[in-house]
This record gives sequence, structure tokens and C-alpha cells, in this order.
Amino acid sequence: MSVLVYTESDQGNFKKAALEAASYGKAVAEAMGTNLVALTFNANEASELGTYGVEKVLNINTVSAFNAKIYADAIKQAAEKEAATVVVLSASADSRYIAPLLSVGLKAGYASNVVTTPLSLNPFVVKRTAFTNKAFCNTEISTAIKIVGVSNNSFGLVENTTTTHIEDFSPSLVSSSTSVTSVDKASDKVSIADAEVVVSAGRGLKGPENWGMVEELAEVLGAATACSKPVSDLGWRPHSEHVGQTGKPVATNLYIAIGISGAIQHLAGINSSKIKVVINTDPEAPFFKAADYGIVGDAFEVVPKLIEKLKVFKAQNS
Amino acid sequence: MKLLVCISHVPDTTSKINFSEGDTKFDTNGVQYVINPNDEFGLTRAMWFKEKQNATVDVISVGGAETEPTLRKALAIGADAAIRINAEAIDGHTVATYLAAAAKEGSYDLIIAGRESIDYNGGMVPGMLAAMIDANFVTNCISLEIDGTNATAVREIDGGKETVSTALPLVIGGQKGLVEESDLRIPNMRGIMMARKKPLTVVEPTIEASETHSVSFEKPAPRGAVKLVEAENIDELINLLHNEAKVI
Ligand SMILES: Cc1cc2nc3c(=O)[nH]c(=O)nc-3n(C[C@H](O)[C@H](O)[C@H](O)COP(=O)(O)OP(=O)(O)OC[C@H]3O[C@@H](n4cnc5c(N)ncnc54)[C@H](O)[C@@H]3O)c2cc1C
Ligand SMILES: Nc1ncnc2c1ncn2[C@@H]1O[C@H](COP(=O)(O)O)[C@@H](O)[C@H]1O
Repeated sequence: MSVLVYTESDQGNFKKAALEAASYGKAVAEAMGTNLVALTFNANEASELGTYGVEKVLNINTVSAFNAKIYADAIKQAAEKEAATVVVLSASADSRYIAPLLSVGLKAGYASNVVTTPLSLNPFVVKRTAFTNKAFCNTEISTAIKIVGVSNNSFGLVENTTTTHIEDFSPSLVSSSTSVTSVDKASDKVSIADAEVVVSAGRGLKGPENWGMVEELAEVLGAATACSKPVSDLGWRPHSEHVGQTGKPVATNLYIAIGISGAIQHLAGINSSKIKVVINTDPEAPFFKAADYGIVGDAFEVVPKLIEKLKVFKAQNS
Repeated sequence: MKLLVCISHVPDTTSKINFSEGDTKFDTNGVQYVINPNDEFGLTRAMWFKEKQNATVDVISVGGAETEPTLRKALAIGADAAIRINAEAIDGHTVATYLAAAAKEGSYDLIIAGRESIDYNGGMVPGMLAAMIDANFVTNCISLEIDGTNATAVREIDGGKETVSTALPLVIGGQKGLVEESDLRIPNMRGIMMARKKPLTVVEPTIEASETHSVSFEKPAPRGAVKLVEAENIDELINLLHNEAKVI
């Protein structure tokens, strides 16, 4: 028996979400009285996982490019080899791509968007978000093997240093007629999925030419930028920045909303962010009912001042 | 080309979510249902395959009789035939199992589902379905072109996108980008009249297939009132974010 965590890396470096999944996996393994094993592909520094309680790492160096089918099958073989009864994945785009394939391969029930460690182990019940963050659903997984997809920033990074044993693993590889022909990824920008802070702006900013201050604020905070749906529909910002019920979900530690009214569809997608700050000229804007901190004011005055003050703050606190 | 579009029947995005029977059931009282937004993009993309590449388009939903108006709406938008699998959608695995049986029966070349449904938000049905019928699979799909049996898809990844070359039979998890918001179609009178005459077949499932189930629901705890900071007093906001919320 063991808990297996798939620790995703980018250019060989573990993603923060992967380390969070490992932290989560450790808590589950401890509750079950068993060990935590990690599976990685092409990791530069597999021993880093020891910090988060991983006792054993299976490192695969025989697969170069990401392919969901091949990865899912390799994880399946690792789960079988380690007799894993729980498999943990993060909520990254690639992990969410893999998980349903793995679920069928392992005949293992899968719960996504999980926000807490199991409420009980027998029956195995986890709490997950549903109805796009308007509610939680306590879900029982009744198969022998369980797959848990952990929501970003829900469990956090928990250090639990242990000695790690690293093993090369060479599963037999399935074939796939799907291949990536080109990747278009801005390497200098923080993505919404990986961000701990998101700075988002809405139609209150009047036009795309006014996004300079949004980007500057994001840069000062090391944040990703996002927008409301009309802003992407109008073509002011790319679709990939559209957040909300019908856009990307946001689960960050801090979400700053500038000139966004706070429509139910917008709030649904960002509600699981821990701290929300709103800047809006209209004190009646619904966002004030959903936020932790608010400034009633004109974004064109408030945001530049906030940038200046934050620069001073960062200089003093770094 | 034979195309199947999976339609999830979900509460309208403005719906207030409530539960009944001791928080064990979703309360459908006063809830308006719509085609899952991700499926609406897929359905419109399917219409283009029909018009430009002569595809036939079937739509399918797993659910009770209450989902039929949603399927009729898809027929009114232009799908050729509808299938309803008469079963409760207990979990993603149940739905995928039934869809897989129908997909094999109909030998579809391309199956368009949504990236996720906005009710259960599982993000699991299309991938499970693809694995069950051993088809290729691309999720978070924002563009799709088919040429013969070759397919080119664009998939959103964290922080960007990638172009994928694959082949039919193919299952996709689609989303906005497959078509734009402004391309979405609303049923017109003629469509609605024609939809009445189009076939809607009800299929009874034969097996039980759930692996997970919802035990109970909870609503998020009500939050405290917002703390307002004067626009002149930005230092106070920074202080609160640093010392109280500890997020900067
Ligand atoms: C099916 C469906 C799905 C949807 N899905 C989504 C979704 O996923 N995400 C989403 O965001 N929306 C979604 N919407 C749209 C949603 O209903 C709202 O229309 C949208 O969120 C409003 O965007 P906004 O707040 O940017 O614009 P507005 O509602 O126009 O609000 C602009 C705000 O800016 C404020 N403002 C104006 N000037 C200033 C200034 N100088 N400084 C500061 N504040 C200022 C105004 O007071 C106002 O509150 C959906 C709608 C539907 C019907
Ligand atoms: N009950 C259902 N009937 C038909 N298709 C469904 C059903 N539930 C989900 N799907 C399809 O699977 C996609 C993803 O759903 P989910 O895995 O539930 O997030 C949806 O966008 C639909 O295309």
C-alpha cells in the first residue's frame, strides 16, 4: 500500500502546484499510515521532493515530450508497481488532462477540485468545489484505488523533510497518434494557473490602451493579469485572460479586481481566491459584497498611487 | 463525417444554488436550465462542420426526461438527431460509460464535448469517454480543423497554447475559442418547427457504472463585511494586506 503523487515539472523544475500536491499526499499517507511515492518525468533535482515528505521518487527519463495518454499510462504502471491505493494530482492543465485517462486505466474513481484532505478514509470522502465555487460537494470515492485532483492554493506547501530514495523508472510506453507540433508560451509572464496573486480589470478601464497600469501593478506584485468576460469579448485582452464561470477559474491567495462590477458569473469563477480586493467608483457595485477589502475610487487615480506605494513597500521588505 | 456533440443540461449561470433533503440534493426549484456553455461553443463548431464539410451531427445527453427541452434546443439550432440516455448522471464515470456505449453503436468519427460542465465541474467525462473507446483526445480545445482523417487542434495550456496534430476518431473537450461568443446561434422559428420533427431517441442503459457519488453539499460560509479603505489612504491597504491578510 502507498500514496502516489504525480509531481509535474516544467523544464525539469517542479511546479509549485506539484509541491502542493506532494504536501497533500504526505498528509493523506500519514493519515493512512503509509508511505508517499512520487512519480516525475525528467526532473532536474528529484531530491527536492524530500522537503515535502516524499520517501521515494520514481523518475522517468525515457519520455521527452508531454503526451497525456503516454503519461497517464506511465503513472498507471507506477501506481501498480507501488500498490498505490490513492493517487494525487494537481489542478494544472496537464494534470487535469491526464487524470480522466488514468481513472479509466486504473479503474479508479476520480474526484477533481478537491480542497481538503479526506473527511474520512473509510468510506473515502473528500470535499470538492462544485457549481463553479457556489458550493462544496462532499464526494465519496468507492473504488479500491482513488484519484484525487487537488485544487491550487487549497492545501498550501507544507514542509516535512525526509530522506528520499530516487529510482529510475522505465515503464513500457504505449503509442499515441497525437503529437504537439508547436508551443506558444510567454516565458516571462506568470500564468493565471500558476499565480498566487492575480490583478484583474474590467470594463471600468474604458479601453485596451489603459492596461499599462494593470500590467505594471501585476509586475510589482509578481502577479498574473486577468480580465472580465466583456473585456475579452471586446478584444481588449486575449481570451486566455477571461476569468469567471465561463472562463478560467482563479484560486489565488490574492485577487485584485479593478473596475469590475462583480456579476454573479464573474464572482463564481474567482470566489475560491482567499483574499479579494475591489477598486470601483460605484459603492453599490456588487463586488463590494464579495470582497475582503475595498476602495471606493477612480481606478485611474488609485492604481498609479498603489503602484508607487507598493514599490516603496517592496523595496523596504525585500 | 459523423459527429456527436455531448450536451450537459446545467443550471443557467445566474442561478442561485440551493440544496434540499438535508443538503443531500440539488434544489431544482426555480432553476432555469441551459446547454452547458462549453457545449454551446462545441455545438456551433459542429454546425460549421455540417455546413462546410457535410458532417451529420447527433447530440446526446445522459439524463431524465427533464433534459429533453435542452436537446430540442440543440435540434432547433441545427443538429440532425438527438439521443437521450435515460439515467441519472450520478458521476462522470457513469456518464462516460453510457456515452461510450452510444459512441460505439453510432461509430462516430468526431465527438465534441465540453472542457467541463458548470454544475459538477468534473472536467472528466470527455477524457474518460476517449479512454473507454480508445479514441484520440484533446482537451481545453480552442480551435479544431479536420482534413480527411487528420485533425489539427489548438489546446490551451498553463500560460499559453499549443498546436496538436492528431487523427480521427477523436474526442475533444472544447471551450470558447472553438467559435466566438458572437458566432453562437439562437434557435429561430423555422429551426424550432423543424426540431419537432427530428428524431429524439430514448435509450435505456443496462448497467450500473458509478465510481463516486455526492454524499452531501455545503454552501461557503458567509463572509464578513468588506473593510473599506479611503482612496487617499493607500498605505492602510498595504498595511492590511501585509499584516492582517498576510498576502503580500
Ligand atoms: C452566460 C453568461 C456567462 C458569463 N460568464 C462570465 C464570466 O465567466 N466572467 C465574467 O467576468 N463575466 C461573465 N459574464 C458577464 C457578466 O454577467 C458581466 O456582464 C460582466 O462580468 C461584467 O464585466 P465588467 O464588470 O468588466 O463590466 P461592467 O459590468 O460594465 O462593470 C464595470 C464596472 O467598472 C466600474 N467603473 C467604471 N469606471 C471606473 C473607474 N474609473 N474606476 C473604477 N471603477 C470604474 C463601474 O462602476 C462598474 O462597476 C457572463 C454572462 C453570461 C450571460
Ligand atoms: N449528463 C451528460 N450528458 C451528456 N454529456 C455530458 C453530461 N455530463 C457531462 N457531459 C459532457 O462532458 C463535458 C464535461 O463534463 P464534466 O466532466 O461533468 O465536467 C460536458 O461539457 C459535456 O460535453
